[in-house]
Amino acid sequence: MDIIYEWFRELYQTTGINLPFIYDSYDRGRLIDGFLTTVELSFICLFFSIVIGIIGAWLQGSSFTWTRRIVNGYIQLFRNTPPLVQLYFFYFAIGSMLPRVETDWGGQAPMLGSFAWAVISLSFFAGAFNVEIFRSGIEAVPKSTVEAAESLGFSRFQIYRDVTLPLAIRVVLPSLNNNLVNLVKTTTLAYAIAVPEMLYESAQIWSDNVNVPEMMIFLLIAYFVLVGILVWGMNRWERALKIPGFGS
Amino acid sequence: MTQRSRSHDAPPKKTDMAVMLPVKRKAHDPFRLKLTPWHGVFLALVCIFTTSYGYATTAPEVDSIRTVMLRWMPLLLEGFLFNILISILSMAVGTAVGTILGLAQISLMPPIRHSSWFVTQFFRNAPWLVLLFFAMYLLPFEFTIAGATIPFPDWIKAIIGLSLPVMANVSEIVRGAVLSLPSGQWEAAESLAYTRRQTLWLIILPQCVKRMLPPWMNLYSILTMATVLASIVGVSEVMTLAGRVLAAEDGRTDLLAPLYSFVLFLFFVYCYPIARWTVYLESKFAVKG
Repeated sequence: MDIIYEWFRELYQTTGINLPFIYDSYDRGRLIDGFLTTVELSFICLFFSIVIGIIGAWLQGSSFTWTRRIVNGYIQLFRNTPPLVQLYFFYFAIGSMLPRVETDWGGQAPMLGSFAWAVISLSFFAGAFNVEIFRSGIEAVPKSTVEAAESLGFSRFQIYRDVTLPLAIRVVLPSLNNNLVNLVKTTTLAYAIAVPEMLYESAQIWSDNVNVPEMMIFLLIAYFVLVGILVWGMNRWERALKIPGFGS
Repeated sequence: MTQRSRSHDAPPKKTDMAVMLPVKRKAHDPFRLKLTPWHGVFLALVCIFTTSYGYATTAPEVDSIRTVMLRWMPLLLEGFLFNILISILSMAVGTAVGTILGLAQISLMPPIRHSSWFVTQFFRNAPWLVLLFFAMYLLPFEFTIAGATIPFPDWIKAIIGLSLPVMANVSEIVRGAVLSLPSGQWEAAESLAYTRRQTLWLIILPQCVKRMLPPWMNLYSILTMATVLASIVGVSEVMTLAGRVLAAEDGRTDLLAPLYSFVLFLFFVYCYPIARWTVYLESKFAVKG
């Protein structure tokens, strides 16, 4: 490893291409932390946004008009406002209303940190899209299938869990894939509320080392690879779930 | 017309035992197309709740939230107009470059096709914020051409930075629209001895415009919402101004919620009609049968 580090140090001295996140142990640690935070943030948000999508789609099929209206209001509100402002709203406006808690060393700290707010805000943002996506999948399941399940004495929840959802997921995977890719890209917004994710740490590194072009190109490649891994995984999942004769 | 109404009456059914029906577009749902004032009511409730919360905690000697909001509203609206300006200009630049890139993606020459595909995918998969930083830091702040110095302010750089992802998305929209046309159109044009360029300009692209319009408008709405990102890199648009208003009011925390909900409200009022219109166009242009 030391040879590689030395090589990059040499590269900097001879060509001026400065990649401190490879040869400098401090910057390397920062960037790895940032990368892990991005991955963690993405995964937690992916999970919660899908949960919100599934629950929201179920509520949209409710027979109560008001339940449907509230879910629709949520979708339209979150789809038609900027995610960054949502994030600010959650973090600054709602965050400042919550009671403060005592920390271990006797100070006062907000109840939820910036990471938690980023998770909440981004999950709700992506969840709004997921509700629509899941709903379109549920509509694709023919009524006769649901009626058959009803005639077998399944309850509404059981039908949703065991019949509708498994079929719907297979239909919606491509559009879900799209939305989740978007979500991973949107995690960069957490930079604005100082969540130490990859963009934030890169900004720290480039302000310390004045190597903006290198960090920028690294960032673009890093997100390209991250998104690529997600797309690859989703495609594998899509193939694994495929049932012969279903869908197109 | 008769054909259209007939196909509308009888939805296509390939078999009686269809396991999966085709995915329905959301446009077909009458509930969604109905004007839902409840969305507005809900939003207003959020505003009122947050404002009254702030009002209750305000000491009597400082201005009430309503006074403060009214005082700064013209400034914030001006900032929002700047957002719209940025969005329109980036959309124009992105559409112009993206159309060329999209046409390059269906070029017959493999090098052009492959390289434009790569450029499209690269910019489509990069986060908007990173691209914005990219443009902000790597473009010079002024140009010197033949001794004359031309300044290159932040907001122009923001327009360029935002138009990069727009370009990539438009490129995909163009490619998708061209590929979605039945190949019979190409063959018919070929049999009438049209050249490739004539086919593209006179036959394919005019038909594509209709198909491209809904996703293009959707993209515009996404772009408008992305213009607030420019506040992170210091362009004086509505979010930056909201921050300055806060600073001017001595950072009162009770102002946070009304200010941010006002910004949310502005964007909602602008983007929601666009979204509704997109849905309407989608249902209008949807190929039936």
